[in-house]
Amino acid sequence: MSEVKKPFTIESYLENIQNKKLTGTKCKDCGEMYVPIRKLCKKCSSTNMEWIEMSGEGKLAAFTSITVGTPLFVERGYGRNKPYCFSVVTLKEGPMISGQLVGVDESKPETIKIGMSVKATFLESESNGKTRVDLGFEPI
Amino acid sequence: MGKLARKVAIVGAGMSKFGVHYPKKRNPDLWVDAWLDAVQKTDNGIGPKDVDACYVGNFTSDLFNHQGHLGPQIADLVGLCPKPASRFEGACASSGIALRQAILAIASGAHDVIAVAGVECMTEQPTVKVTDALAAASDALFEYPAGATFPGLYATVASAHFKEFGTTEEDLMRVAIKNHENGVENPYAQMQKSIKQLMESKKKKCAERGMDVPDWKDEFDFLKSSSNMMIAYPLRLFDCSLVTDGAACLFLAAEDVAKKYTDTPVWIEGTGQGSAALSLHDRDILTTFTATKEAAKQAYQMAGLGPKDIQIAEVHDCFTIAEILAMEDLGFYEKGKATEAIRNGDSKRDGSLPINTSGGLKAKGHPVGATGAAHAVEIFKQLRGIAERNRQVKEKPEIALTHNLGGSGGTCVVNIYRV
Repeated sequence: MSEVKKPFTIESYLENIQNKKLTGTKCKDCGEMYVPIRKLCKKCSSTNMEWIEMSGEGKLAAFTSITVGTPLFVERGYGRNKPYCFSVVTLKEGPMISGQLVGVDESKPETIKIGMSVKATFLESESNGKTRVDLGFEPI
Repeated sequence: MGKLARKVAIVGAGMSKFGVHYPKKRNPDLWVDAWLDAVQKTDNGIGPKDVDACYVGNFTSDLFNHQGHLGPQIADLVGLCPKPASRFEGACASSGIALRQAILAIASGAHDVIAVAGVECMTEQPTVKVTDALAAASDALFEYPAGATFPGLYATVASAHFKEFGTTEEDLMRVAIKNHENGVENPYAQMQKSIKQLMESKKKKCAERGMDVPDWKDEFDFLKSSSNMMIAYPLRLFDCSLVTDGAACLFLAAEDVAKKYTDTPVWIEGTGQGSAALSLHDRDILTTFTATKEAAKQAYQMAGLGPKDIQIAEVHDCFTIAEILAMEDLGFYEKGKATEAIRNGDSKRDGSLPINTSGGLKAKGHPVGATGAAHAVEIFKQLRGIAERNRQVKEKPEIALTHNLGGSGGTCVVNIYRV
């Protein structure tokens, strides 16, 4: 992978997200995988890590539909009349990760099913004149 | 898990009235109220000369009040300077940690008497800023940018619990109804109204204004209506604890000196603390708070007791779902079975294991950094048979537990008490 030389830092992970790639690290000693990436394996204390690119596919593990949002999401027009979904997804490879869940009916959260198949999507927004990319998920 | 090198007791405990106090009262005012209340509840009296150190629990006066460095400020107000004063932070478990560290410091022999403070003045900021300050207790790097709010994280946990165990919105509502009923009996509580009373007053207001009077037939009807605004599905307004200004004060003493202050000290039998990854996604399981399990395991082991021995508990109900998880993770009920106990009324004041007789964070209020110490205030009263109004549990309990959770379960402190 092109990330092979990047340091195992949060900044590297976030740069990959900006480039619309969901990456992780894998411990070469015990096989544990991390998303977001880690430099130090919390299972076996090894630092023998390698970059991996995640498929982005997974299943919805838990979610909520938020009507009273964070200032950033309020700025994006979400609120009482336009809720948004925060979700935790279990990736096909094993690790869980958080992301906004889109492509669902946020105002009818009872129709959103835990366990459903989702895939990563990269959500663009404008912030201080710059395009920002955030990890999101959508149903397959 | 070792034992304490010497025994430690709470010899006095008190709190300020919890509520919306700013600007009439700020942190220093609330703390002095709590100190005076605790002095008054220390049978043989206590003063600054008796106290060796001051341990302060506070989450984020930095963000709420632009005030850091609380230790000396709090100590000076009650004449404790130049003795050591330190602040402890673990989000909503801040004063639980201060209490635990005071227990360990006394047990070590370094100090004989410590004043534990819990303080938080939240309403200086508008709600949006309060919510954002609280969000600092969750993961700022990955959860927050994905839109997580504090209620949102507990709602996410609730969604997984609903799916796995068939928990329902009505189960959550039962927790809120019970805790509000307890709050009615607590003169220190922020919300001293039952949900039924709140529903009736809403109906009355509608009638007075010539509007259609809602036909809610019971609390559940009311709680399912648009009057109970959705915050983060499935959590509504009445599933959330309150935004509160308040303080609590505990006097802890070593066994060698405890009897100087009271004939009926409340002994610390066990103490434990656990941690979990800050983000939900970095944990192995979403329906259990492993920090609670770890803290409870340590506390039970130190006390030589188990969940069946506990006769009363104050648990961290920052959201209604959190009370359900606590009942399970503390081992009171099997996983997925707490809701059945709640339906049976087991956690009510007259139930087999009363939980949150103070009204909980739901009705008593939740000045986040003060909450852990305030849990111990309620237990101090219940174990000594002095809980106000109609709140004293009938056959006076002798063994109690407090459970103080920080953030979305990242930190937990559990203490076990005996009188």
